[in-house]
Amino acid sequence: MKEPIYIIDGARTPFLKARNRPGPFAASDLATAAGSALLLRQRFAPTDLDEVILGCAAPSPDEVNIGRVVALRMGCGHKVPGWTVMRNCASGMQALDSAINNIRAGRSNLVLAGGVDALSHAPLLFSEAMVHWLSSWYAAKTLGQRAALAAKLKLAYLAPVIGLMKGLTDPMVGLLMGQTAENLAFRFGITRAEMDAFAAASHRKVLAGQKAGHYDAEVVALFDKAGKVYAADDGVREDSTAENLAKLRPFFDKKYGNVTAGNSSQVTDGAAWLVLASERAVEKHQLQPLGRIADSEWAGLDPAEMGLGPVHAVTPILQRHGLRLNDLDAWEINEAFAAQVIACQRAWEDTDYCRRELGLPDALGSIDPARLNVDGGAVALGHPVGASGARIVLHVLHTLRRTGGKRGIASICIGGGLGGAMLVEAVS
Amino acid sequence: MSTAATTVSPAAGTAVPARKNHPAHPRSEATMQHWKITREADGLARLTFDKAGATTNTLSAAALVELDAALDELDRDPPAGLVIASGKANGFIAGADIDEFGEVRNDADAIALVKRGWDTFNRLAAVRYPTLALVRGFCLGGGMELALACRYRVVVDEPSTRLGLPEVMLGIVPGWGGITRLPRLTGAPAALDLLLTGKTVDARRAKRLGIADECVPARIMENTARGVLKAKPAPRALKMAQSLTLNPLVRKFVAAQAAKQVAKRARREHYPAPYAILELFARYDGNALAAPASGPASITALLKTPTAGNLIRVFRLQERLKSLGKDGDFKAAHVHVVGAGTMGGDIAAWCALRGLTVTLQDQNAERLAPAMARAAKLFAQRLKDARRVRDATDRLIPDVAGAGVARADVVIEAIFENLEAKRALFAAVEAKAKPGAILATNTSSIPLEEIAGAMQDGSRLVGIHFFNPVARMMLVEIVVGKSTRPELVGPAAAFVRQIDKLPLPVKSAPGFLVNRVLAPYLMAAMRCVDEGLAPETVDEAALAFGMPMGPIELADTVGLDICVAVGRMLSPDAAPPRKLMALIDAGHLGRKTKRGFYSYASGKAAKQPPGAVPAGLAQRLIDPLVGEARSALAEGIVADADLVDAGAIFGTGFAPFTGGPLHYAAASR
Repeated sequence: MKEPIYIIDGARTPFLKARNRPGPFAASDLATAAGSALLLRQRFAPTDLDEVILGCAAPSPDEVNIGRVVALRMGCGHKVPGWTVMRNCASGMQALDSAINNIRAGRSNLVLAGGVDALSHAPLLFSEAMVHWLSSWYAAKTLGQRAALAAKLKLAYLAPVIGLMKGLTDPMVGLLMGQTAENLAFRFGITRAEMDAFAAASHRKVLAGQKAGHYDAEVVALFDKAGKVYAADDGVREDSTAENLAKLRPFFDKKYGNVTAGNSSQVTDGAAWLVLASERAVEKHQLQPLGRIADSEWAGLDPAEMGLGPVHAVTPILQRHGLRLNDLDAWEINEAFAAQVIACQRAWEDTDYCRRELGLPDALGSIDPARLNVDGGAVALGHPVGASGARIVLHVLHTLRRTGGKRGIASICIGGGLGGAMLVEAVS
Repeated sequence: MSTAATTVSPAAGTAVPARKNHPAHPRSEATMQHWKITREADGLARLTFDKAGATTNTLSAAALVELDAALDELDRDPPAGLVIASGKANGFIAGADIDEFGEVRNDADAIALVKRGWDTFNRLAAVRYPTLALVRGFCLGGGMELALACRYRVVVDEPSTRLGLPEVMLGIVPGWGGITRLPRLTGAPAALDLLLTGKTVDARRAKRLGIADECVPARIMENTARGVLKAKPAPRALKMAQSLTLNPLVRKFVAAQAAKQVAKRARREHYPAPYAILELFARYDGNALAAPASGPASITALLKTPTAGNLIRVFRLQERLKSLGKDGDFKAAHVHVVGAGTMGGDIAAWCALRGLTVTLQDQNAERLAPAMARAAKLFAQRLKDARRVRDATDRLIPDVAGAGVARADVVIEAIFENLEAKRALFAAVEAKAKPGAILATNTSSIPLEEIAGAMQDGSRLVGIHFFNPVARMMLVEIVVGKSTRPELVGPAAAFVRQIDKLPLPVKSAPGFLVNRVLAPYLMAAMRCVDEGLAPETVDEAALAFGMPMGPIELADTVGLDICVAVGRMLSPDAAPPRKLMALIDAGHLGRKTKRGFYSYASGKAAKQPPGAVPAGLAQRLIDPLVGEARSALAEGIVADADLVDAGAIFGTGFAPFTGGPLHYAAASR
């Protein structure tokens, strides 16, 4: 039996939709605000932490080791190490897994781990051609050389490269993430209407969840310098009905594709944290755990079908623990794309897929839809890449506590052809 | 490999006692107590000022005489260059020895005091070897004048490094060459700004203004000092336009313009020093000894007015309040403030600005939001540097749930003035707070004993009473209730000092000290308005007396609703002024609602020219204040008359040049 890993508490910022310009908070602002509020309510001091681990897919150039920056900003002191992990969309989940590893290795007992990204702050970059031109310009010594260079400057060089689009394009297969979702729709015959219905349901569930207070325990309000309060996730919309979503144009495969901005996750800023503790730390600080992380798994697959990552990461966990799909009381599968979450369900229902890709004797079956993403997901909340993995682990724990469930799974697909999953348990 | 490493040889060590290795200079060893000459292998010398028997370097007569002797000593074997530095960790030189001002009995004493610094620094300025002041920490008054007499100045880029000539704030003039030399480095406008306001500048600004030749981090200060002395760069020349301001004719013009600015803040009859500074600058190139003894710029004339003595008294009162926080070792790391209104929010922001971790609690995020916005503005204004603003912002944590109570070393309640709400709050806070935490209320009207009654241990409750606007008001009353454990005063005062305010312990009685003496003054002013005088005329009478702000404008600033509440508390039977009640009924509560006795549409009080001030009007306003000050003293609200005056000056702005209401009353009898 492995050493138990306890989750003591967690908190996140509201997820703030990017609105075509840098949002009010930098990534480290978001992580600091959520983390300070979380640490404030603990029975231990920030300086009692053994380390701080933060997942971030796109830290800005002035806070590359954002985990350390934020640890210091939260008042953890010079002596608490802080570091940053990167596994694209699962960076936050990777931070939890790195914390688990260090606790199991005996290096740490009490770890603050989570994820953050402020995608609205993704940089505009100079094109390669422009960088070469600038290098020559700075090296030029004479007026003549400069004049010659000035003549060579083409207007096209000035067109910026949008950093975010770079990040959302797979470097191996050259597909936009949305195009990998189109692949899954093609493979499993998922229709536009099914995607839009899924997306509409996500918005409906988030609204209901907000109203019922299902997010209250995890979200802490933010304040900007002008005194504006950001108290709740702001990407969700009342008017995102299936009919309205049907009106949107395909975004990735233009014109004749099926994946739209409306049935994809939103581009969003946000941060999420969890406090992880060993048994010793629980006893030492008399902590009251929210739950346990019982197992975790990472899997690789074809980058062109990265959205099936959860299928490949979850299946070995189920096998190890002798669980069937509906032995889990709550599921969170991160909604990178509606098509992608539907595809995961289809894959488990598909005998052929299960035999050929997962080496199972038969189809695994269907997840009870009432247990999957009960309060909606990233299509309505947004997907601040690094934060999402931590958010779904925290939310599935709160769902178990609220419903009296025993076991849950949080799983996420990862650009580049990876999947990550964690099995969590309630503590009685 | 590293030339830097060779330059930082033991010879460059800061305070290596080298005397024993230099038997060639036995004289200085035998006679010098405050200064120390260290000869170094490369021909440079170091003159270290480490005033004997003092924690802070001040230029007493003895220290100046000895400096003269040190210069003799150096003349015998002139060094290749001289670094003048401090042997104290807390700063360079704080200025002249203020205690010696009190020993000035006659004109000859005053002239001697000026002459000894003037002559010594002129001598220092004239030595043939290059001289350099290495300034780390405060460099003020006479200390600044010493630095200015050196050929070069290297300042260390740290927040504690502050340079300035604050003499004007003590009602005197920089007589040791500051008025002469500062304008030559900065040009007249910047120099006069410093001379006339007494404000200080940090290291970077000193470099930008031309006061310092180099502004460097401490790690390379020694290398820099030696490097400058060896390179001997030509003194930085003033720009054409700046050097023009030193032309004798232009000086008169510049001084006249500056006098108009001064007149807006300080009347000549109350504050002669800034006018004397302008006169010395315009006509005598800063030489106070050259001004005719009969003229207004003469040092003897200045010292004959009571202003200088009274301002020095105010300075000492301030030092006394500062010392109240020195006992014990209480140091707060975390402050929890309950109530994010104007007072609570601003107290929280101020504490975060001063480096404390602060949690700010109110019922919901919307109530916290305006306080967070005001805090952001305060941080941006005061800190400027983006990293320091970020750090202060991070230290101020919004806390709707009140989790910070359990972490706090000081809990300050600043909710609305309701006894039941406060009792419930403190019962809850007491249960969650750390055993040693200070539990404080900012109430201005509810007796502490009544709140304390709801607590298990009511003796833990103390009042820490701030004034509005928190960022500007220096004074904080420490209110000791009948139930309060007396030992709490020390830690509470230490906390107030930690956030750089002035603590004044007061007994818990209606209005404590400040509001008690202020209220009758404001009421008297408002009754004059009821009788038909224009608010401008009433304010003008007080301004002419020397108040920094008229009572009507002050009432608007405090808030008319607060004025009524305080007035009712202090004299429940007296009918409140009619105009005051009419304004409140109309919803005009003063500056905060943009309208009170005056309109504040533009942010400033819109005033008409005052009418003729009736004879005796100022007295009619001031007398109730003085009377209340006497009765507060008689009732033992504070320990002695000096503390009454200190409270009135720092809490109400009572004309500082008078030395305080009781001092004024005694002097005018």
